[in-house]
Amino acid sequence: MNFDFSEEQQMVRDSIARFVQDDYDWDTRRAIVASDTGMSDKAWQTFAELGWLSIPFAEEDGGFGGNIVDTMVIMEEIGKGLVVEPYLPTVVLFGGLIARAGNEAQRNAWIPSIIEGSTSGAFAYLERQSRFEIADCLTQAKAAGDGWVLNGEKVVVFNGANCNQMIVLARTSGEQWDRDGLSLFVVAADAEGVNRVDYPMMDGQRVANITFTDVALNADSLVGEAGTAMATVEAMIQEATIALMAEAVGCMGTLNAKTLEYTKTREQFGVAIGSFQSLQHRMVDTMMAYEQAKSLLFKVVCEYKQDPASAAASIHALKVFIDKNAKLVYGEATQMHGGMGITDELDIGHYAKRLMMINTTFGDATYHRAQYIDKAYAA
Amino acid sequence: MDIAFSPEELTFREEVRGFFDEQFDDELVSRLRGDNFKEAIVEWQQRLYKKGWIAANWPVEHGGTGWTPTQKYIYETERSERGIPGVIPFGIGMVGPMIYQFGTTEQKEKFLPGVLDSTTWWCQGYSEPGSGSDLASLKTKAELDGDHYVINGAKIWTSYAQYADWIFVLVRTSNEGKKQEGITFILVDMKTPGIKINPIISIDNEHSLNEVEFSDVRVPVENVVGEVNKGWTVAKALLAHERTGIADVAQSKRNIRLIKEAASAEMNGGKRLLDDAGFQAKVADLEIELMALEFTELRTLAAMAAGGFPGPESSLLKIKGTELQQATQELRMETAAYYQGVLPNGMDPEVLGHSWAHDAFRNYMYGRASTIYGGSNEVQKNIIAKYVLGLE
Repeated sequence: MNFDFSEEQQMVRDSIARFVQDDYDWDTRRAIVASDTGMSDKAWQTFAELGWLSIPFAEEDGGFGGNIVDTMVIMEEIGKGLVVEPYLPTVVLFGGLIARAGNEAQRNAWIPSIIEGSTSGAFAYLERQSRFEIADCLTQAKAAGDGWVLNGEKVVVFNGANCNQMIVLARTSGEQWDRDGLSLFVVAADAEGVNRVDYPMMDGQRVANITFTDVALNADSLVGEAGTAMATVEAMIQEATIALMAEAVGCMGTLNAKTLEYTKTREQFGVAIGSFQSLQHRMVDTMMAYEQAKSLLFKVVCEYKQDPASAAASIHALKVFIDKNAKLVYGEATQMHGGMGITDELDIGHYAKRLMMINTTFGDATYHRAQYIDKAYAA
Repeated sequence: MDIAFSPEELTFREEVRGFFDEQFDDELVSRLRGDNFKEAIVEWQQRLYKKGWIAANWPVEHGGTGWTPTQKYIYETERSERGIPGVIPFGIGMVGPMIYQFGTTEQKEKFLPGVLDSTTWWCQGYSEPGSGSDLASLKTKAELDGDHYVINGAKIWTSYAQYADWIFVLVRTSNEGKKQEGITFILVDMKTPGIKINPIISIDNEHSLNEVEFSDVRVPVENVVGEVNKGWTVAKALLAHERTGIADVAQSKRNIRLIKEAASAEMNGGKRLLDDAGFQAKVADLEIELMALEFTELRTLAAMAAGGFPGPESSLLKIKGTELQQATQELRMETAAYYQGVLPNGMDPEVLGHSWAHDAFRNYMYGRASTIYGGSNEVQKNIIAKYVLGLE
């Protein structure tokens, strides 16, 4: 047993931290979020040049051959820097689905272009009625000749506004709730019949609702076997959830560090407010929340690395735990910064809003607690 | 970043399972619940000693196991699954490490064997009627008279003083300078004239706590551990040691298992209590907290394996561990419904038709002490604020 990071992992961590410090300061980040696309192509190219986009992919696909620990390291640093560029939707989700379920031609078509930074991807799976249930899918792909015709709507697609390629979850057989009969398709964002309505979320992410009207897809668009996508998607979401939780831990650590620093310098009643015991004890609470969240993340990552299936219950547990503890951390950070904590100018509120979005992404605490109970107490 | 067990570790787990299955027998279990607790627990500890497993956290050269963090984790997991009690902490967990860390060669030779083979029962003389969380304000004084110290004063909350052969005591040897500077750590034979034990009955209706009075108790100077007036250094090191074990993840794990077992049998409105969504959520939240705590403890163990003694971070384990102990004890009481009020030995379980509520009662009631002893949780927060967060 060890909780150490490899030399390569330390190097990646340092290089992202240096990037955030030198090229991604708070004013830069604000300007990026306020820009037309809400992301920086320049930053994305830097990610490509530094090799970060290649890390999770297998060496035979041109990647670095990293594992879940590498992804955790990257996502934690992304969280610390509040980086808005679409690492999760493009590399983890779009790239991850291609790597998991794609055939050789599909992997050759998309993975190298993700690594070099030219393919920007998304995964469109949620629908208006679905809330967090993946199988609740009405979007349909009907066989037509050699290919398929796609009709339906997907909502809150991360990076949906900026992506040039997306993977769409669609029903090829069965009824609305069936786990069987779901399939994945690669769809070009500019294909005929694709209509995107994009909008910003409170955390600076750009998302889109996307409608598909008689979109013609050729046979090569199908990723994996028709009708069997559910297992692939669930496994993918599990991995992406771990990545997202690492981002949350990064956000929590930075919020704690900033708050601690602030209470050591902010003076009221003639002394630093950090000298007050009521605040000290609350900062101990937030420190413990962060350390415990990190511990549970390590547990999940170690289990997942050993055998992804064995981590299923722990991933639900982590989601529940982060929800509660992130709320404590961002709530206290906002409170202890006083009036400044509720300004748009200061970064504190933006970390809070990112954590709020993270808490609802891939299912909220209520959803995951129920899932945990299902798995842990199955009679 | 890896928790996979190696083949050697899997072999070790088999060895632990085999030893527990063979040595922690039903006869011992019933004796541990009976009137002669001391004899039973000493016998269990001696079985561990014979196996070489009594001192999990000691270095090998002093008789410890030299276990890796993974081995400790395996051992604790197996122990908790069987509900096997932990080693009584005062000797193995507290005074032993202080003697091998700060003691003279003579002290090591004289005291460590009795700690290891459980022939000496130790108790702890720290708190006083006037000194609780503010431990350094202690007033029990030791005055030099030739080659002896003469101790006068009183210690309180002394667990199992009635069983003890020896007590380690913090005494005041100087009133110069800061209050921490005049304290000395000294070992006292409980048979020395002038020691009086006054029992304190706690809210679990049991007698484990005591007040220990010292009236002109003469103790040889060679019983001082570490330097005279530098006892605070020893006291702090001991508290850090004490705190790492205090989390007692194993106990909380066991309680959650017992809650689930009981809630599977308990019926409410024709369905199992464990099928009630509100109840399930309570159990789930506790289990999830416990997962996080368990890995925090593993991280601390791994850090200790790399860097030696535990630091102020161990306060985190104390705080979260005891909070969770109390939360699980509380839910177990809730599971027992009205039987939670059954007093230990108040009614024959056979007649009552309910076998475990008195155990839940005892566990819950005594458990109120855990957020107070070992330095109250509020004091732990002060320690973290000062030494980890750098807040003054």
